[in-house]
Amino acid sequence: MSGPRTLYDKIWDSHLVEENEDGTVLLYVDCHLVLEVTSPQAFEGLRAARRKVRRPLATIAVADHNVPTTDRSAGIADPLSRHQVETLERNVREFGVPYFSMADIRQGIVHVIGPEQGYTQPGMTVVCGDSHTATHGAFGALAFGIGTSQVEHVLATQTLIARRSQNMRVTVDGALSFGVTAKDLILALIGTIGTAGGTGHVIEYAGSAIRDLSMEGRMTVSNMSIEAGARAGLIAPDDVTFDYLRGRPQAPPAEAWDQAVAGWRMLPSDPGAAFDHEVALDAAAIAPQVTWGTSPQDVVAIGATVPDPADEADDTRRAAVARSLAYMGLQPGMKTTDIRIDKAFIGSCTNSRIEDLRAAASIVRGRRKAAHVEALIVPGSGLIKRQAEQEGLDRIFRDAGFEWREAGCSMCLAMNDDRLKPGERCASTSNRNFEGRQGYGGRTHLMSPAMAAAAAVSGHLVDVRDLMR
Amino acid sequence: MEKFTRLTGVAAPLPMANVDTDMVIPKTYLKGTERTGLGKHLFAEMRFNQDGSEQPDFVLNRPAWRQAQILIAFENFGCGSSREHAPWALRDFGIRCVIAPSFADIFFNNCFKNGILPVVLPKAVCAQLIDDAQRGANATLTIDLETQELTRPDGERIAFEVEPSRRGRLLEGLDEIGATVAKADKIDSFEARLRRNQPWRATALAAPA
Repeated sequence: MSGPRTLYDKIWDSHLVEENEDGTVLLYVDCHLVLEVTSPQAFEGLRAARRKVRRPLATIAVADHNVPTTDRSAGIADPLSRHQVETLERNVREFGVPYFSMADIRQGIVHVIGPEQGYTQPGMTVVCGDSHTATHGAFGALAFGIGTSQVEHVLATQTLIARRSQNMRVTVDGALSFGVTAKDLILALIGTIGTAGGTGHVIEYAGSAIRDLSMEGRMTVSNMSIEAGARAGLIAPDDVTFDYLRGRPQAPPAEAWDQAVAGWRMLPSDPGAAFDHEVALDAAAIAPQVTWGTSPQDVVAIGATVPDPADEADDTRRAAVARSLAYMGLQPGMKTTDIRIDKAFIGSCTNSRIEDLRAAASIVRGRRKAAHVEALIVPGSGLIKRQAEQEGLDRIFRDAGFEWREAGCSMCLAMNDDRLKPGERCASTSNRNFEGRQGYGGRTHLMSPAMAAAAAVSGHLVDVRDLMR
Repeated sequence: MEKFTRLTGVAAPLPMANVDTDMVIPKTYLKGTERTGLGKHLFAEMRFNQDGSEQPDFVLNRPAWRQAQILIAFENFGCGSSREHAPWALRDFGIRCVIAPSFADIFFNNCFKNGILPVVLPKAVCAQLIDDAQRGANATLTIDLETQELTRPDGERIAFEVEPSRRGRLLEGLDEIGATVAKADKIDSFEARLRRNQPWRATALAAPA
């Protein structure tokens, strides 16, 4: 009998097809999400070796990175994007993989639709050729991003060659303050441990502040585990998880529901389970966060000032801060609330769910966007878009001068036409503020949906709490 | 997969931490459907101006390092996106080895699938190698995966370690998928157990039509 185990240990142990002496295992994959950008070479590899997809119905494909978010009736204008989406469509037909086309209301960002359709379930292993696969960890699933060679390996064998990671527990106790969200929590964590803080680890998020989050909030937290260097970020499944899942198309059917839930209740980490590393955050001490630089760890509370490279002791770090400030066009010591924006983007696999849109709408209601700002709302799926319209959120946004778009990854990484021009500055709810991420020369400030909405109506970065009082 | 055994080549210094895969290969170049041809876009936004002309100061544009086969950088190399286009671009350019104090997990793993050796060495050693590399013509290093030794321009040897299973696969150029496909009976019995324990998953576990 083994000792107390973590949630990660339990999922790992229950998915071992084979253990090898060299420390590698053959890990079974329950659910494989496939998208257009990281799969064409994998399908080509299968064809070359005359292999099939081993479990096509444990696989779901969707195009999200390249799809237009404006009128789709004419298809995709960019020939390269169109070719990539058409290649996916040819591949799913040939290999019998289920697919949500651009015309299907279920289409959307892969990490939004997996949970929305109930593909993602507690205790599962979930993989996808995209680093934000970490999102699905919010359900107590072991979910992580893989490269295209591994996509091909999973398609052919429904398994991966893997090595056990270390366990890290991030405990966030206390209550988030007024105006502070899951996005602020995860940005504050990344600011604390850095973008390499979780390298080699699977994070488990625990504590009362995590338990108090909705599934949408938990997905935002798990989503950015990769920005903390961890491939996966798990949250123990509980009644919030089960209530979200019940009745979804791919969830266990009613007659099997109780049996499934009974199994899921065994998953949380045992009392006394050992973690290799422990990090604690006080939820009450977290303020709304904004990034100032070109790495997600370059983050401060709104109201703080932009750092000075001269204050950095380490040479590499000093050079990095100086490079970031030059790229971002910011002066050391300036107030973050004085940073004027050109665009606002509310969307991405981090923050495009119904709760995110409601939070943004609650700030926008009765206001107008600043005259010089272009503001984009990109729902995470066609179904979220429809629900938001039923709730009247689209009217609030349109009346305020925001653009109301179709579902996709959009300006999170600018593979479609939604992008920043050189030098443009964006208040963005996405997950990466890397150089050029939202368009060549574009400048990204990461923040929560409410904060991005507040920036859009103010024309500059602002403490959302000033607009809520 | 391509083997990696021993490499002697010019090392290019990139003294930056947190080099992300968006820098290595910007998203504009992720729209292809091939593994090849990405070398000309490696580090595109740092290497080229918007009009396509070269940024003369970028290391891979300077005469001493245009043919570099080794790249040396600082911590957390390859962070961010999982795009395997990053190692494809490095490989297509001619880079077979990246040396850094630490790597992001997904990139590190992707390298081994593409015949690229990521070598982890302490930051002080990386700084020294970067200093060597900045001397240009003297920047030739030898990396021997068999003996797990790196030889500096002055002949000094530095030991490095690669996890045995990864080292073996790279030395051999193993076809991992073929090897796993051969274990189909083990996967079959795992799935048979799943069908018994979680009968509601029978549909997802159906064989291809």
